[in-house]
Amino acid sequence: MRALHSVVALSLVTGVVAAAATAEAHGMAGKRFFPATLGIDDPFVADELSLPTVQHIKRPAEGDSPATRETEVSGEFSKRLSPNFGFSLGGTWRALDPDEGKSLTGFDNLELAIKYVFFKSDPHELLLSAGISWDVGGTGQRKIGAEGFDTFTPALFFGKGFGDLPDALDLVKPVAITGTFGVSIPTRHATKKFNTDEDGNVEVEREVNASAAQWGFTVQYNLQYLQSYVRDVGLPAPFNRMIPLVEFVMQTPLDDPKKAGRTTGTINPGIIWFGRYVQVGVEAVIPVNDRTGKNVGVLGQLHFYLDDIAPQIFSWTPFHGVLGPTQPR
Amino acid sequence: MLAAAALALVASAAWAHAFPDHSEPRVGSTVEAPPPSVRIWFDGQIEPVFSTIRVENSNKERVDKGDGGVDAADNRLLAVTLPPLPSGRYRVYWSVVARDGHRTEGDFPFRIK
Repeated sequence: MRALHSVVALSLVTGVVAAAATAEAHGMAGKRFFPATLGIDDPFVADELSLPTVQHIKRPAEGDSPATRETEVSGEFSKRLSPNFGFSLGGTWRALDPDEGKSLTGFDNLELAIKYVFFKSDPHELLLSAGISWDVGGTGQRKIGAEGFDTFTPALFFGKGFGDLPDALDLVKPVAITGTFGVSIPTRHATKKFNTDEDGNVEVEREVNASAAQWGFTVQYNLQYLQSYVRDVGLPAPFNRMIPLVEFVMQTPLDDPKKAGRTTGTINPGIIWFGRYVQVGVEAVIPVNDRTGKNVGVLGQLHFYLDDIAPQIFSWTPFHGVLGPTQPR
Repeated sequence: MLAAAALALVASAAWAHAFPDHSEPRVGSTVEAPPPSVRIWFDGQIEPVFSTIRVENSNKERVDKGDGGVDAADNRLLAVTLPPLPSGRYRVYWSVVARDGHRTEGDFPFRIK
């Protein structure tokens, strides 16, 4: 465990030292604006605050567990430490309301993450980054499912706008895709549960904590991009700052003897509106298969651009000073 | 309280990044006659010193008069004048810096019939 913690600390220091000196603020690559998406992590680093992100969905019964209505309220603070390197800190409060049994509420584990943007192309509206997140075991409450062990998820991220397509495909230019692929690695491979029956016999139940591929992508159509750079179709406010999108949020267990390869996830169609200081997003949460569930949920988020609200405070970095909202070329 | 704060922020008039609000000729449009100028109105004030505009034809040759800049009477307007241009496809390239330091750049096409 200490070795893994040391790896995270070393990665953080290395990332700070390695960070390059030129980049822009949140989600810009050339004339492409990438919004912060609700379901999967973004390919850029930024000084931002997501608060709150609210999701409500009914999960299906699984084994001895009844179907459960689940409501999550979460927040995440993101901060750049250099133009291309940043960290984030997130927390989630969860309410579980099962069909049978009493309702439970509590906090999930804290999540820390670092990310480094290692490639950016303005002409091709391309961003590539890598990061690792750390689900800090034991910081949440077991009763709502928080794990008592750490889980690390190294991941790659990308963002690509299609503004570099030929003019004959001009209506496709506002399209962008973002995506991520990572593997969550629990630091404890199995958890033993001790159940005592009515006769006082103790039964040991071994539950596998599987590694899992955490992957997903988004497809976005930026109406501001359409209006400003491709074709003025006369959209009035607020439609001219909207981004209809679909998010695909998936996970595939890798080494669970019962569930390996059985992907679960959701498809989230929705809309993001972005303004000067905030963006607002709302999405439907549609289970991708029966294993994930049958009930459609809802996901909403209020997101603050801290580097625009108070650049002198929130865009300060230890080695590069105040980055400001955008670095001049 | 968060919702109230968000609404207050949303209600702010300007944008951090200055984005084009509208232009003449319109983005992606086809015009019957050669326009005397290209004018772009932004949704926020822009800095005259750091804001540029140029127009190129389909051969990537610059065709404007080179007098582009922020309008003295309206600091949301970036404009450049044009000589009489023949029919064809043209592209406008612009770069602006908003009053709060954000740089935004872009380009858009128009066509003369």
